[in-house]
Amino acid sequence: MNFFAIIGRVVLALFGETGRLALFTWSSVSHIVRPPFFGRLLGQQMMRIGYFSLPVVALTAFFTGGALALQIYYGGNKINSENIVATIVALGITRELGPVLGGLMVAGRVSAAIAAELGTMRVTEQIDALTTLSTNPFKYLVVPRLVAAVITLPLLVLIADIIGIMGGFVVGSASLHFNSGVYVTNTVNFLKATDVTNGLIKAAVFGFIIALMGCFHGFNSKGGAQGVGRATTNAVVTASILILASNYVMTSLLFAK
Amino acid sequence: MADKQQSGGETPKIELRNVTKRFGPKVVLDGLSLTVPRGKSLVVIGGSGTGKSVMLKCVLGILHPDKGDIFVDGENVLKMSAADREQTLRKFGMLFQGSALFDSLSVWQNVAFGLIQGRKMKRAQAKDIAYAKLAKVGLGPEVGVLYPAELSGGMQKRVALARAIASDPEIIFFDEPTTGLDPIMADVINDLIVASVKDLGATALSITHDMASARKIADEIAMIYKGKIIWKGPRAEIDSSGNDFVDQFIHGRADGPIKMEVLKP
Repeated sequence: MNFFAIIGRVVLALFGETGRLALFTWSSVSHIVRPPFFGRLLGQQMMRIGYFSLPVVALTAFFTGGALALQIYYGGNKINSENIVATIVALGITRELGPVLGGLMVAGRVSAAIAAELGTMRVTEQIDALTTLSTNPFKYLVVPRLVAAVITLPLLVLIADIIGIMGGFVVGSASLHFNSGVYVTNTVNFLKATDVTNGLIKAAVFGFIIALMGCFHGFNSKGGAQGVGRATTNAVVTASILILASNYVMTSLLFAK
Repeated sequence: MADKQQSGGETPKIELRNVTKRFGPKVVLDGLSLTVPRGKSLVVIGGSGTGKSVMLKCVLGILHPDKGDIFVDGENVLKMSAADREQTLRKFGMLFQGSALFDSLSVWQNVAFGLIQGRKMKRAQAKDIAYAKLAKVGLGPEVGVLYPAELSGGMQKRVALARAIASDPEIIFFDEPTTGLDPIMADVINDLIVASVKDLGATALSITHDMASARKIADEIAMIYKGKIIWKGPRAEIDSSGNDFVDQFIHGRADGPIKMEVLKP
């Protein structure tokens, strides 16, 4: 095939997909503010997206906090500044690792589940059936998931922040022999409220990305089992990449002096 | 452009005028025109991939035609506001080819779905209606609490029919209602379709390639080929249509004017 034809096709496909995503996002967001609302579904989704993600997010945060403490200790040791461990762990967890790792873990869990569920509903015509039963599929399927993810992700990340710092504290006081009182003081003194809140803003954006990617790929899946599998993979991959890319942008905007 | 229909006599329940729909380079509906008279049952026959399902989905607004007009009760649905369109959709019920039951909901919740979610009816009242409709399609109350995955294909089809008629629609679409069923169950479904359409006084538009089904449920039959209606007439005239395409289709012959796109060995 002609080399330029291939390039052209790829570029057109990319623009087409971007346009479809923009329209999908617009439809989803505009339906958030228009009644009817499905409160019960929102509660259900908050349980599924938020509550059931707690164990995986908590474990991730705990071990990350611990590993971070060890690495900073080894690094700080070389320049005789071991006592920065508490401060750096707190900053690293709240500003970056809590939101990003929490977001990535939830992306793996939730984007995949949403894409698989909506994808199956698409290929078995259940989404079309909703339309014929006077129920808007955006309101019934997309909005509850989007809103639930935007609300629960910051809560999850707040818990991850606490557990991550605790992971650092446990490693610091148990294996690196820090005085636990000093460790806590160092954490509290250098941590500002904006470190935490900016991290939570990131988390809300990640929540939006996670649910949006799951819904978008699920809604647009076609062609049976293979199509649903592809939708699931694409949802997780695009959600993860968008999380990392948007994290960079937000870090440079939120934390730049 | 025509926002209202201009025609003498009674306005048809549904009219498609020069509807064109393409997917990429593939033209699926090619200027299709079709009218469904009020209170009649029209069956559109045609082979796989001739645009039958796309036609139904255009009327329902699930797909948007590239060109043409679609009228329901004389109103052009393609030029309506979203709110009016949703209002018009309430006139419709649809039986999907694969039943399309919600697998996360029990049978009665499936049947009551349009009443509870779409029309905000009280659950208890909707539940009573759901069980009444299930009884109409020959399913006892013990089926109501089961989940779709626990039912056979024939039972799923009946539940889907009960769901389609639950809100007493003025128009019912049947998408390949007998596909995948054994001949006896297919006939049971055909009888139920005839009975429920008559019962509601509804207008029915069905698509099928099952001639036994078409002969049973149709008042009128139309044949679609390459995105156009090539023949339409009363059911009784289907055997004397004088149309080679129709003859080939209803007798299921491989040889004739319709060429299947298959490679010969």
